[in-house]
Amino acid sequence: MYKLDLQPLLFEASRPGRSTAVLPPSDVPDAPLTDLIPAPFLQDAPAPLPELSELDVVRHYTNLSSLNMSIDGNFYPLGSCTMKYNPKRNERLASLPGLGAQHPYQDESTLQGLLAILYGLQQDLAEIAGLDAVSLQPAAGAQGELAALFVAAAYFRDTEPGRRRTQVLIPDSAHGTNPASAHLAGFETVTVKSDSRGLVDLDDFKAKLSDDVAVFMITNPNTVGLFDPQIGEIARLLHDRGALLYLDGANMNAILGVVRPGDMGADLMHYNPHKTFSGPHGGGGPGAGPIAVRAKLAPYLPAPIVGRRDDGTYFLDDDRPRSIGRVRAFFGNTGVLFRAYCYIRSQGPEGLKRIAQHAVLNANYLLSLVKDVYPVPCGPRCMHEFVASCRSLAKDRGIRAMDVGKRLIDYNFHAPTVYFPLIVSEALMIEPTETESRETLEAFAAALIAIAAEDAESLHDAPFTTPVSRLDEVKAAKTPVLRWAP
Amino acid sequence: MAYIANTPEDVRAMLDAVGLDSLDQLFDMVPPEYRLDRPLRIPPALTEFDLTREVGDLLARNEGADRRACFLGAGSYDHFIPAVVDALASRGEFYTAYTPYQPEASQGTLQAVFEYQTLVAQLTGMDVSNASLYDGGSAVTEAVLMALATNRRTGRIVVAGSVHPEYRRILRTYLEHLGPEVVVVPAVGGVVDAKALTAAITPDTAAVVLQQPNFFGGLEDVDALAAAAHAQGASAIVSVDPISLGLLKRPDAYGADVVTAEGQALGNPMSFGGPYLGMLACKAEYLRKLPGRIVGQTTDRNGKRCWVLTLQTREQHIRREKATSNICTNQGLLALRASIYLAAMGPRGLRQAAELSTRKAHYAADALGRAGLPLAFPGPFFKEFTVKCPKDPAAVLKKVGEAGFHGGVALGRWHPEMADHILITVTEKRTKDEIDGLADAYKRALGTV
Repeated sequence: MYKLDLQPLLFEASRPGRSTAVLPPSDVPDAPLTDLIPAPFLQDAPAPLPELSELDVVRHYTNLSSLNMSIDGNFYPLGSCTMKYNPKRNERLASLPGLGAQHPYQDESTLQGLLAILYGLQQDLAEIAGLDAVSLQPAAGAQGELAALFVAAAYFRDTEPGRRRTQVLIPDSAHGTNPASAHLAGFETVTVKSDSRGLVDLDDFKAKLSDDVAVFMITNPNTVGLFDPQIGEIARLLHDRGALLYLDGANMNAILGVVRPGDMGADLMHYNPHKTFSGPHGGGGPGAGPIAVRAKLAPYLPAPIVGRRDDGTYFLDDDRPRSIGRVRAFFGNTGVLFRAYCYIRSQGPEGLKRIAQHAVLNANYLLSLVKDVYPVPCGPRCMHEFVASCRSLAKDRGIRAMDVGKRLIDYNFHAPTVYFPLIVSEALMIEPTETESRETLEAFAAALIAIAAEDAESLHDAPFTTPVSRLDEVKAAKTPVLRWAP
Repeated sequence: MAYIANTPEDVRAMLDAVGLDSLDQLFDMVPPEYRLDRPLRIPPALTEFDLTREVGDLLARNEGADRRACFLGAGSYDHFIPAVVDALASRGEFYTAYTPYQPEASQGTLQAVFEYQTLVAQLTGMDVSNASLYDGGSAVTEAVLMALATNRRTGRIVVAGSVHPEYRRILRTYLEHLGPEVVVVPAVGGVVDAKALTAAITPDTAAVVLQQPNFFGGLEDVDALAAAAHAQGASAIVSVDPISLGLLKRPDAYGADVVTAEGQALGNPMSFGGPYLGMLACKAEYLRKLPGRIVGQTTDRNGKRCWVLTLQTREQHIRREKATSNICTNQGLLALRASIYLAAMGPRGLRQAAELSTRKAHYAADALGRAGLPLAFPGPFFKEFTVKCPKDPAAVLKKVGEAGFHGGVALGRWHPEMADHILITVTEKRTKDEIDGLADAYKRALGTV
């Protein structure tokens, strides 16, 4: 529950002299410290960290945790984030020293179990993508996008010497990370409009497709929850021009085992294992962003990649001269990847397909329950999520998407994603996931419908049952206080 | 069905409500020619019981720091993790929440991030910290991008050759497409060549990148190097080991403008290299170009103090291609663990971890010297040091491994001119017996290889 009062800050609870004894005294011969490290390198005074007893620390964080909504406590239909159940069995396995106590520079002979797991995950992700090669290195979806664009740039530099493709096409419904990644990879971003159905406007796409285009980044199913059936034609048009099709895998949950990105023409993609494969979101990470590519792009993948020798042993292949290099220091976000492996192993081929079926069933059922009160402009059907609009509620009654989201918290539900995607006004982006029950969906729909009938004036003050009421976000940005000071 | 609640009755009723006859029809938006007409070729499903046994068996095959005394470092460290860190960070209310987009329902995460930002500022002496980045390596690159934007210079980045080679590799990967020239100044005698570094800093240099303690374990004359950067109006970016800040001078005291760190050592398991914690703190003038999430203090409608994600107009979901960075999901749970670690250790505990590591590392350097592996460089060091190995390091390390030790990191893979050098790391977890055993194992290995 998230009903407790706020806590004092760690620093306010600090009392000089309090501590928790953790480490033993030194067992090596004593020497004056300045004999070891010259005085100019040493600090004059310790960092002013807080001083607390162990129980102080335990109570502080236990009470803080009670101020959070979470999947374990609440329905959390945050669109685009795939807030599904995070299996406890994976957490227990991930806490074993066979994972946690492994150093990245250990000899490969001491890592064979872990490398077998990571190799298996590479194979599984390639098969699920319908693509040929996988790098597990990127630390998050956005870094996967960036790494894949680096791969594309390196590919074109090799295959089209003497010219440079300067543009990346991105639909206006895309996640913000797409244009940000394209910019960081040195490309100019060109926005492609959506049509009235919420799909790629094919005429606009054709008009903007030129020989300068390196990559088209598409999210399919897209952010309004629709599968774009034009994807085959889009891929053909791109490939005719020598360009590549990138698939943002944020919404893979909808199509696992049903349709594979490679089969519909994608050349490269990233996964979000913390979404699709149940890695906990951690209050804002860690994620992971493995990328899968066609064989012709494989030499450019970030290294190392796990390889398997004929004798069945595994090794880290870092001898890849055409690789783009690295995007993080060590192998990858192994802890997150490990959970993805456990999840895929728990599901098997039938289980993964069932995930897609039930994610889409739950979303469509919920859509059917709310659509009369909250119209779904890109309906009447959807994939794993849908975007309802409060436009008419706002116009007729003054109830905005923000009000609905805030009021849902009083009903013990986390709010959907609000005001995204930008192409739907007063958007409520709702993704129930496959792990929610029919009763939960019905209770949530009932809450949404009840809220639409509530007094608009009072809704502007919601939520009413939380530890704090609506926050002054303007003040936070105008006079930033970003740390405690005595 | 694992993790799915819908019964066959539910499915029928729900399909009826939607107006469909079958689950397959849910996908009629997908043109049939793209649909997969066979099961995925992945291994069959395992029950919880079988998964636990099978994956547990695979993990049990690894021989990590739990089985062999670990003297490996180079950016990933086997420091002690107090039980409170695991106990508190494994609360579902923390780890199954997401980015605190709804502050009224996320004050726990928000306050924890605000406290993290404060702890990082206290540790580094900087004015502000963000909420975390991916890892210590990419944090260096983000710091460079921030300096490029803040200083409005695009000419050159000067990097000490004593910075972690993988951190430099990341920088090269990112900057290759953006234009600025990256000049690496080699290390001489285990520290960067100060004269050459100073000479490399031109008036259009945006930043100088240093590491303290550096990749070889040595301590750089950071005061002079930061002053050289400032003399040309460039930013001094320093990558630090956060544990060292229990003992070594704080970066503000030697003129760092931006401090980055790999925060893994603060209460996070080594976990084969990830997930880790990228720390980034800076002076106030960089704030508007700071990448990533930031939490700020404000008040609610009743005047109550509370916390919220702020300065979001820097970020990709608002600014799209004009954002200061493409980062979205960060390393929240690892930042939480780092905060709990620092709260549990306090100033004395952190000092103790740093001091014990220093003492044991120096004891180990002496012991290894006697065993035939002399220090490669004369300068001072913290918890890591480089030795010269008179015989082939790969063969020697293999023998040392067979004796039950993760003996060190051979440096030849990054520095061909150091093909006979090994980097040894000693944390507070290593006992005198283990260190003596390591020296003995090296001695015997040198005798037999």
